Amino acid sequence: MADKTLGRGARAARPLSPHLQIYSPLINMMMSIVHRITGSALYFGSALLAWWLVSAAVGPEYFAYVSSWLNTWPGWIVLFGYTWALIHHALGGVRHFIWDSIHGFDVKTIDLLSWGSLAASVTLTLLVWAYGLHANGMF
Amino acid sequence: MAMRTPLKNVRYLGSAKEGADHFWKQRVTGVANLFLGIFLIALIVKLAGADHATVKATIANPLYGLPLLLLALSAAIHMRLGMQVIIEDYIHGEGLKIVLLMLNTFFAIAVGAASIFAVLKLSFGG
Repeated sequence: MADKTLGRGARAARPLSPHLQIYSPLINMMMSIVHRITGSALYFGSALLAWWLVSAAVGPEYFAYVSSWLNTWPGWIVLFGYTWALIHHALGGVRHFIWDSIHGFDVKTIDLLSWGSLAASVTLTLLVWAYGLHANGMF
Repeated sequence: MAMRTPLKNVRYLGSAKEGADHFWKQRVTGVANLFLGIFLIALIVKLAGADHATVKATIANPLYGLPLLLLALSAAIHMRLGMQVIIEDYIHGEGLKIVLLMLNTFFAIAVGAASIFAVLKLSFGG
């Protein structure tokens, strides 16, 4: 494809438009990428949630088996990551709704919304887990 | 006999032939998921560490089971649309792209159907 620059019907080697590696990382660009990554994580995480629901529908024994998997350190890390991905993707969605409505396009607001969604997602995730652990008498 | 002119058939649809349909469905399910996602987090926190009988009784309660059904439906549509864009952005081979787009649809429907079936079974399965 790209090396066909000679001969009949060949494409000229035109310059490509600049891509990611050309730009210095900006927070709105990073949050856009993270929005897509968290979306993908939630995509596969949804299978985990479905597995948990199905295990409860199968019966107490299988539910206990699945719970024992989730109640390990790797399980906790996945669940913590899932919580953050869900909250970050939700806040990213709200940011995009704001931009969809043609608001907040000045640089200051773009930076504020991008940093804000990151800070809020981390804060809310920690609050949810602190509350959850506290409610279960873990601290 | 078709009464529409060819121009009428393509107007507002753009080169992808479906207009803003994808964009709009992604936004509608996104708004739904925003509220249902908050509900999901609350439900999971409530059920964290709970035994089987408690989980079953909670999800069998329509106040919890119904939003869970709605979330399964809305999330399945939303994630299918999202992954479709990712596949179309990064996969350039036509054959592989078609296969992955099909698998994407199968995955979204399977996960959605499994979740909905599980909620219904927990609610009505005795």
